[in-house]
Amino acid sequence: MAEYLILIYEDENGYATASPNVFQEVMDAHNRFAQQVGEKGGKLVAGNALQPTSTATTIRGDVVTDGPFTETKEALGGYYLIEARDLDHALDIAKLTPARFGGVEVRPIMVFQEG
Amino acid sequence: MDANPAARDDGRPRAGGHRGRAQPGTGSAAAVADAHRREWAFVLAATARVAGDIDLAEECVQDAYVAALDAWSRQGVPRNPGAWLTTAARRRAIDALRRDKTLRGKLPLLIEPAPPVAGSAPPAPAPGEDDVIPDDRLRLVFTCCHPALAREAQVALTLRLVCGLTTTEIAQAFLVPEPTMAARVTRAKKKISAARIAYRVPGLAELPDRLDAVLTVVHLLYTTGHTAPAGENVVRADLVERALDLARMLQSLMPDEREVRGLLALLLLTDARRATRADASGRLLLLAEQDRSRWNRDMIAEGTALVPGALRGGCPGRFGVQAAIAALHAEAPSYAETDWRQIVKLYDVLLEVWPSPVVALNRAVALALAEGPETGLAQIQELEDDGRLADYRYLPAAKADLLRRLGRDEDAVQAYRAALALTENDAEREFLGRRIAEARGQPKPGHASG
Repeated sequence: MAEYLILIYEDENGYATASPNVFQEVMDAHNRFAQQVGEKGGKLVAGNALQPTSTATTIRGDVVTDGPFTETKEALGGYYLIEARDLDHALDIAKLTPARFGGVEVRPIMVFQEG
Repeated sequence: MDANPAARDDGRPRAGGHRGRAQPGTGSAAAVADAHRREWAFVLAATARVAGDIDLAEECVQDAYVAALDAWSRQGVPRNPGAWLTTAARRRAIDALRRDKTLRGKLPLLIEPAPPVAGSAPPAPAPGEDDVIPDDRLRLVFTCCHPALAREAQVALTLRLVCGLTTTEIAQAFLVPEPTMAARVTRAKKKISAARIAYRVPGLAELPDRLDAVLTVVHLLYTTGHTAPAGENVVRADLVERALDLARMLQSLMPDEREVRGLLALLLLTDARRATRADASGRLLLLAEQDRSRWNRDMIAEGTALVPGALRGGCPGRFGVQAAIAALHAEAPSYAETDWRQIVKLYDVLLEVWPSPVVALNRAVALALAEGPETGLAQIQELEDDGRLADYRYLPAAKADLLRRLGRDEDAVQAYRAALALTENDAEREFLGRRIAEARGQPKPGHASG
């Protein structure tokens, strides 16, 4: 098994203009996802939602700025760290990640060899 | 060493088959070249399984082919060149892994569990016994065409790993500088390794999409070679043969997959027309202008025979339907006698499976032939409004052709100009330029000539 990071990118506007029941639906979906990862034979190592980009602070060198690293239409909103056998397995799991206002990126975790 | 291997009795039992009927020297070189063409994928795939790493496998296979040049010239061409090469390559891979333990530590291409037992020499093939080497070619093909790789990477990797082309040859085939192509191949291999794209044939659930990607790559190879102007570099023209080889290989490995049948049929039926694609001076000929007596009837027969199987069983796939359309063209005695209505119906089916605006355009062209230019023009107008084909030169070209047939020459010229602006292909530019000249030179009753 190897580790992969699933990065969730969504248009924050989607949530800003959503009706109240949307939030409950999303919560339920994420709870269900946690279960599905195990059902698919993977392991959920960690996961978190992030506060919106308005709360972000960026540092480049010495300069500290308000806001996310890059301004994009779809912003990083959360992540899951999972264990999967290979990329196909990771993608199979990642396809279930709730991301109704955007999508996900799947990135393998770097493994540093000894010596 | 004997000068004449054919005369030598090497003590192997007759059941093992003859050894070395070929004369040493050029005969063996030709056999190695032939084995390179036919067996590369098989040998590499089988070696990759043992090597656990694509780069190591490639090296070992390359070395095996070099060794063959020497060994076959001295001992004659083996009865089963593929088995000989595979054994040689795998032996080298195992030796390399044994010598250098750190190689095992590299992020490997995933292989099935059950690596070779360290310290044991692989058994030499017993005389007369066929090596039972698993055919891993499908694993190789599906890995090269994994959706996590960009299309151009899929194409480059397929040519490199499945067809055995060198990076230089692939660069020439796609008219890119060699370093660019080398980087592309390296990056793709790195992605396979780092992201852990597994070396396997996809499961049933994923197979349709994954297979579609493979067939698309093979088709792309074909069209790249097919549209390369005559006299272009040899590698480019050779892509046509490579694509056909690949299609045949897939057909032999997946005989029940109807889309595989569909692709092979499509390639055969399209390639049957190759001799008439351009005239002696390289000028492109339209389907309407091609001398059908020069179409390859054997290929048409073979392609047509595959079509029913390609369409069988429920909603057909896009390659099967395209093949059916090509078959209708191939069977028509002339352009005018083509069953355009049936072709339109097939395009209706194709659009269901493959809702692409390009397909819609082709349908519009067929519709114009079945029901008249006005009907086709209406469809083309819709496609123009849609906007997705804004950079697609065949849209204004098709529009221009319909306008021309309606006698609307000025509008036709405008559309031909739009098409001209979108193409850099010399043969196409020549064709469009000619059409413009014709449209402007044509005297119209009651109009001042332009």
